[in-house]
Amino acid sequence: MDIFLQQIINGLTTGSVYAIVALGYTMVYGVIQLINFAHGDVVMVGAMVAFTVIMGVVGMGLPLPPFMIVLAGVLAAIPACMAVGFLLERAAYRPLRHAPRLAPLITAIGMSIILQQVALLIWGRDPRAFPQIMDNPSFAIGGAAISAVQIAIILLSVALMAGLTWFVYRTKFGIAMRATAENVNIAGLMGIDANRVIAGTFIIAAALGAVAGVMYGTYYGIAHYTMGFILGLKAFSAAVLGGIGNLAGAMLGGLLLGLVEALGAGYIGEFTDLCRWPVVSAMLAERCAADGHVVLFGSNYQDVFAFAVLILVLVFRPSGLLGERVSERA
Amino acid sequence: MNVPVKALSLSVAAAVLMMGCGKQEEAPKPVAAPVAPPVTVVKLGHVGPLTGGIAHLGKDNENGARLAIEEANAAGIKIGGNPVKFELIAEDDQADPKIGNTVAQKLVDAKVVGVVGHLNSGTTIPASAIYNQAGIPMISGSATNPALTEQGFKTVFRVVGRDDQQGPAVANYLIASAKPKVAAVIDDATAYGEGLANEVEKALKAAGVKVLPREKGTDKTVDWKAVLTKIKGKKPDVVFYGGMDATGGPLLRQARELKISAAFAFGDGACTDKMAELAGPAAEGMICSQAGIPVQASGKKFLDAYKARFNVEPILYAPFTYDAAMLMIEAMKKADSTDPAKFLPALAASDFNGASGNIRFDEKGDRKDAEMTIFAMKDGKIVPLAIIKGDKSLTLDEYAALSAPAAAPAAEAKPAETPAAAPAQK
Repeated sequence: MDIFLQQIINGLTTGSVYAIVALGYTMVYGVIQLINFAHGDVVMVGAMVAFTVIMGVVGMGLPLPPFMIVLAGVLAAIPACMAVGFLLERAAYRPLRHAPRLAPLITAIGMSIILQQVALLIWGRDPRAFPQIMDNPSFAIGGAAISAVQIAIILLSVALMAGLTWFVYRTKFGIAMRATAENVNIAGLMGIDANRVIAGTFIIAAALGAVAGVMYGTYYGIAHYTMGFILGLKAFSAAVLGGIGNLAGAMLGGLLLGLVEALGAGYIGEFTDLCRWPVVSAMLAERCAADGHVVLFGSNYQDVFAFAVLILVLVFRPSGLLGERVSERA
Repeated sequence: MNVPVKALSLSVAAAVLMMGCGKQEEAPKPVAAPVAPPVTVVKLGHVGPLTGGIAHLGKDNENGARLAIEEANAAGIKIGGNPVKFELIAEDDQADPKIGNTVAQKLVDAKVVGVVGHLNSGTTIPASAIYNQAGIPMISGSATNPALTEQGFKTVFRVVGRDDQQGPAVANYLIASAKPKVAAVIDDATAYGEGLANEVEKALKAAGVKVLPREKGTDKTVDWKAVLTKIKGKKPDVVFYGGMDATGGPLLRQARELKISAAFAFGDGACTDKMAELAGPAAEGMICSQAGIPVQASGKKFLDAYKARFNVEPILYAPFTYDAAMLMIEAMKKADSTDPAKFLPALAASDFNGASGNIRFDEKGDRKDAEMTIFAMKDGKIVPLAIIKGDKSLTLDEYAALSAPAAAPAAEAKPAETPAAAPAQK
C-alpha cells in the first residue's frame, strides 16, 4: 500500500508538470488551431535560463537564502521564455496565419529544431545538472515519502491553474481571448485586436512553460537541450487526452497521464509476470522455479503509455475526455 | 465542436512524423579538410554520439582519435615512399543504431581505410557488419558487449575489455564489499546496458544472491521514480544499473530522494565524474567499473598532449580511441601500405605500447589481458580502488610499478591515495 501511495505521489508530481506544459499547447490551439510543437523547447529554454541564472548567483556567493536563488532563476526564465514565445509568433506563425494548416504545423516543427540547435550552441551538449542548493526534506505519509520539491510543484501548479482560469474567465484580456477563439473575424468586428490577443496567448503559454521548465529541472535535477522533445510530446498527448483547446481538459489530461505513467510503469511488470498467473506450460513452470519470475513487459514501457493513451483517445474519443466544451475553449 | 477532427489528426500525424525524424534532425557533417598538396590523403573515420545525452563521451572519444592523427601528421609519415596526410572524418551516430548504420555506409562510400569507433555497443555491432563487408578494419575504443567480436569478423577489433569480464569484476566486488542477499538490476534496454546487466546478474546469481525481476528504462529516461519506487518495496541490498551517466546520474539522485539505502553500482558507461555533478551528494560512495585502466594511469605523454590540445581532461575512453587510431597508423607503416587488405594482417598482429598500456589482439580481435578497474566515488571524483589484471587485483601504485617502463610516468602524474585493494577476483 505504501508503494502504491508512493507511485500516486510520483504520478501527481510529473502529472502537474505535464499539465502546466499541456496548458501551453491547449491555449495556443484554442486560439489559432495550431499545435505549437516548439512549446516543449520553450520549456527547455526556461529550464536552461533558470539553470544559468541559478549557477551564476551561486557562483557569486551572495548570502541569499536558497529559495531566493531559485526564485531569481524563475524570474529570469519567465521573461526569457515570453520573449521566445513572442518571437515565435511574430516571426514564424503570424506570416502564415492564413496559409493552409499544414504550413504553420511544419513551421512549428522547424522552430522546435531551431530552438534545440540554438540551445546546443549556447549551453552545449552536456546534460546540465541543477545544483542542489535547497534542502529537500521528505515527509512521510502512510509509509510513502513526499519531498518538499514535490509538494511545491503540486501546489504551484494548482495555483497556476487556478490563476489561469481566473485570468481567462474574469479579465478583459481573457474575454478577448475567448472571443478570438470562437471567431477571429467577429472578434475583430467587436473591436478586439486579434494580433495582440494571439501574441498575448503565446506569451502567457511561454511564461507557463518557463515555470514548468524550472519545475522539471529542480525535480529531476537535470536539464538538456533535447529535453523539450519528449516532454512536449507527452504534454501534447495530455492535452489531447483532456480535449485539446480545453483548459480544464489540459489540467485533467496532464494529471491523468502522470498517474497512468507512474502506475503503469510500477505495476505492468507484476501484471505481466507469467509466474503469477495459472501456469500453462511445463517449460514456463521450469523457468518460474529457476528465476521466480518471467516478466513479459517491464517498466521500460513507461514512455509507451503516454502514446498508447493518445492512440486510444483518438480512436475512441477524438474530442478528448472533456472535449464537448470546446465552444468555451480559450 | 467546431474544430475539425481532421486538424487534430493532422497534428498527430505531424507528431508521429516528428518522432520519426527527430533523431535525424541534425545531419552529421564531416570535418572540413584542407586540400592537401601532392601528398596522399588517407581518410580514417571516427564515429560516436556527438549530440544527445552522452555527447560529452562521444567528443571525448573523438578527441582521442583526433590527437593521434594530428600527432601522426606532425611526424610526417611516409608510406610506400610517398608522404601521407591523415584526415579524420568524424561522424555523429547519436547513439542510435539506425543512424550508426547510415553513417557507417557513409564512411564506406567516402573510402575511409579504417574506422575508430563506434562508442556504444548498440551502434557498433550492426555497423561492424557494414565495415566487414567493405573490408575496412574497425577498432572500437569503448564497445564492451561480447557479441561484437563473436561475429567472426576478421576486420573487427576492440582495445577495451569485454562485458563478460567487466560484469563479473564489478559483481564480485559488490559481493565482497556489500555482502548482499537481494540485488536489483536495472538497465537502459540498449545492447550495452542490457548485455552488461545480464553479465552482472549471472555473476550475482552464481554467488547465491537473489536477483529481482529486471527493471528497464531507456537511454533517454529521466524519470526513474516509478521504477525505483517499485524496487524500494522489495528492499534490495545492492542495485546495479547498466547504462550511461546521463541516465545513471538522475537514477542515483532519485533513489536517494526515495530513501533507498542500497549500495549502487554502475558499469563503465556511468563511471565518470559527471555522475557526481548529475546526482549531487547522492553519488558519494557509488561503485563503478571501467573495462580498461583508469584515465589517470594512461601515459603521461598522452595526458599532457590531450590537455594542451583540447584544454579539458580526458573523461573515460579517450586514451583507448587514441591507441586505436595509433594502431591503424602503425599497421599501415608496418605493412607500408594504406590498402586495408594489406595492412589488416599487420593490425591483427599488433604489439603496441600505447597510452593504455601494451596492446595485442587475440584471434577474435579482443584485447589480450585487458584490465578492469573498480572505482568508488569520493568527494565528487571517481577514485580507482583496484585494477584487475588477469587474476590479480592491484592498486593504482602497484599497477604503475608492474608496468614500469610503459606506465612509469603515470605514477608521477597521480600519486595515489588509493584505499586497500579489493579481494582478488575472477
